[in-house]
Amino acid sequence: MSSLTVRGVSKAFGALTVLDGVDLTVEDGSTLALLGPSGSGKSTLLRIVAGLEQPDVGSVHLGGDEVTHRPAHRRGVGVVFQDQALFPHLDVAGNVGFGLRMAGVDRAERSVRVRDALGVVGLSGYEHRDPATLSGGEAQRVALARALAPRPEVVLLDEPLAALDQLLRERLLVELRSLFDELDVTVVAVTHDPTEAAALGDRIAVLLDGAIAQVGTPGEVIAAPVSTAVAGLVGQRNVLAGRVVEGGVETALGVLPVDVGRARGDVGVLVPPSALVPTSDGDVRSVVCGLLYRSGTPVAVVDAGGVMLDVLAEPRWAVGDAVALDVDPAGVHVMAR
Amino acid sequence: MNTAERTGRAPRAVTAAAFAVPVAFLGVFFAVPVATLISTGLRAGGRWDLGAVGEVLTSPTTRSVAWFTLWQAVLSTAVTVVAALPAAWLIGRIRFPGRSLLVAALIVPFVLPTVVVGTAFLAVLGPDGPVAALGGVVGFDVDLRRTATAVILAHVFFNYAVVARTVGATWMAVDPAAEDAARTLGADRWTTFRTVTLPQLRPALAGAASIVFLFTFTSFGVVKILGGPRIATIEVEIHRLTTQLLDLRTASVLSLLQLVAVIAALALYRRAGARRGSARTRAGRSVLHRPAGAEHWGVAATIASAALLVGVPIATLVWRSFDTAGGPGLGYYRALGSTGRGSALFVPPAEAVRNSLVIGAAAATTALVVGGLAAVGLHRLGGRARGVADSSFMLPLGVSAVTVGFGFLIALDEPPLDLRTSPLLIPAAQAVIAIPFVVRTLLPALDAVPARLREAAAALGAPPHRVWWEVDARLLRRPALGALGFAYAISLGEFGATVFIARADAPTVPVAIFRALSQPGALNVGQAMALSTVLLALTAAVMLLVDRVGDARVGGF
Repeated sequence: MSSLTVRGVSKAFGALTVLDGVDLTVEDGSTLALLGPSGSGKSTLLRIVAGLEQPDVGSVHLGGDEVTHRPAHRRGVGVVFQDQALFPHLDVAGNVGFGLRMAGVDRAERSVRVRDALGVVGLSGYEHRDPATLSGGEAQRVALARALAPRPEVVLLDEPLAALDQLLRERLLVELRSLFDELDVTVVAVTHDPTEAAALGDRIAVLLDGAIAQVGTPGEVIAAPVSTAVAGLVGQRNVLAGRVVEGGVETALGVLPVDVGRARGDVGVLVPPSALVPTSDGDVRSVVCGLLYRSGTPVAVVDAGGVMLDVLAEPRWAVGDAVALDVDPAGVHVMAR
Repeated sequence: MNTAERTGRAPRAVTAAAFAVPVAFLGVFFAVPVATLISTGLRAGGRWDLGAVGEVLTSPTTRSVAWFTLWQAVLSTAVTVVAALPAAWLIGRIRFPGRSLLVAALIVPFVLPTVVVGTAFLAVLGPDGPVAALGGVVGFDVDLRRTATAVILAHVFFNYAVVARTVGATWMAVDPAAEDAARTLGADRWTTFRTVTLPQLRPALAGAASIVFLFTFTSFGVVKILGGPRIATIEVEIHRLTTQLLDLRTASVLSLLQLVAVIAALALYRRAGARRGSARTRAGRSVLHRPAGAEHWGVAATIASAALLVGVPIATLVWRSFDTAGGPGLGYYRALGSTGRGSALFVPPAEAVRNSLVIGAAAATTALVVGGLAAVGLHRLGGRARGVADSSFMLPLGVSAVTVGFGFLIALDEPPLDLRTSPLLIPAAQAVIAIPFVVRTLLPALDAVPARLREAAAALGAPPHRVWWEVDARLLRRPALGALGFAYAISLGEFGATVFIARADAPTVPVAIFRALSQPGALNVGQAMALSTVLLALTAAVMLLVDRVGDARVGGF
């Protein structure tokens, strides 16, 4: 019931249009990752949902109620800020219990619920710590506990893991995901990192230039981006310019015999590494320019007649080798330029 | 529901309400007295007598006073900046034992009453002082009293901390990595300082220098005591004209002249301030390092010169207060309890101490409330309006305290504002002078409260007034305590305005010191020294308390 809906929201700061007619729905209990580059307006959208900013036009609905003009302190939406924004003058318990105190929860119950919230984020016994003494990961957990303690139905996270180092980030990512499933809250997490978006979200909404470019499951958005811009944002590298011709798409790799659906004219073509098969008599002639490992998998960057492509490397390849590749048309994805 | 409430921000009405009190207060106790004094002087027979302006400005006396005021201020400022720069480096870069103590001790001269500073330098430079003793060793008869040198030395002593603390804080914010980069690119230490460090310090230097210029240009107590009858700043001349010659006409023109100079200095300060954000602060990591190699000498020389400059006058003052005719003893202090024979004072000086403490409490509380509201209002303002309003609240810093004091006498003497006999008159005048310091302490603190914390509180269900109470008020507690203590110290030492409005039977300590000094006799001088030492101790105690419980950043510009 308490799904979150944003309808036709636009927002401009002076002459700069930040959001331009955004529509978005998040189902009750699900997690949406709002993915966008910096400056795409994703943080502004989050602030509008939280009530910290007013949309110029459009509306925000929580559980069927329109809340567009309801001030932040009466929305009951939990927010985890990018820089945590822990109150420096309160200890951890004071921070986590703040929302409960505002809600008039009495001291005894407050301390129980603070203890519970800290337990949920794995920081039992941290009640009397000074926020200044916490590590980045601990501070992030306290910020999360603070947002969760009043038991909001909707929680918003602004770049929740941006301040943390890689390892901590991946560990917290997994924890966050299972925590949200367990608590059955509706979550919107803003991020610029496709890995983070994919790990956190049941669905990903891609925000580009103030508008939603694509919404879908992580699998859909990453494997089948709707445009070259989205493909770039989700981390796809082998994106070529193409043109729809008789029998397929013409690209720098030749005419690829793929199903173009209803696409016409100039298109973008995604040829993922998995669709590039090394074959001794392959049509695509290329030279290995570099070898690297991505998450432990060997990847070769090859130059195919001026086009740089990522290819899954074979163990015997060395820089300077000439390799021939075949394109598997079934793995190629055609999208808007 | 209006826009402001929707976004959870306090409405514009709050800004207006916050400004109402300081505007009304400064209107009644600053603008009206100053305007009344000036218009009284410049109106003859119900008509404006603007011929007086040209007449006064071209008179040789005015020109010589204005010239002295200007060059001593310029020279004082230059010497202060050069003298304090090493201390700024020490504060901004070096970690050494006793660092925080030195930083705290440096502020003491700045809050010392001008009268005490004058008295201390009288003791240092007089025939019985260490300078004369040193001169005697090499066979010179040195008496620097009643000289411009004495005035400038005292000004350096007085303002050393303004430059050292303000520039030092900025120095700390200059990223040493940029200096390291310059070194690796082939710049020697001096070139690095000149091309990398100095440009980043320039706004702070300009800001501090304009404030020092402001203080020395309008200097009163120091010049009054050290300058004698021949050396006078505009401020001293205004005092002489109004109290001795009753020449309001000339005094008004001089007040205007000073006002123009003050506004120019404030404009310069604001321009410097516009670029003050240029030094980039690095979060977290400390930029302080232990001295290495030749730096040891720099540290030692800086500490020694600071100790000499700040320590010798204070030590001499304290020594002289015990140095009675019959050898070292508490004679002068004992005499403070009575009006006694040979004493110039109408009331026992101990009572002046009591007066000062009570008046200080009232003045500091008033300044905190009024200045605090002004800071809240300024914090909510944006753009040009803020710049103009900010400068207006700084104005009392430079407008002649004598003008304010004398303006009180002639403006607040008839209903509905007949306040001449009100016990609140002195606290009000002193609060006017302390308000700029309160604003300068609280406004940066308010600006520094991260907007995110307010948003976090709102998102957690705190309505606007609770956001203010739970976040702003809590984070401002220490700066507010600091501002309160600072205002108290300023009130304890205020002389220029108080000397006009203090009743003869109820002097404050600085007024009592001045009265004692203006009478002949060893007992009077000794009592002045003792009373100055008492005031010194009181002020130092207040400032140490400020450093302990309050925010150590007070007094930076």
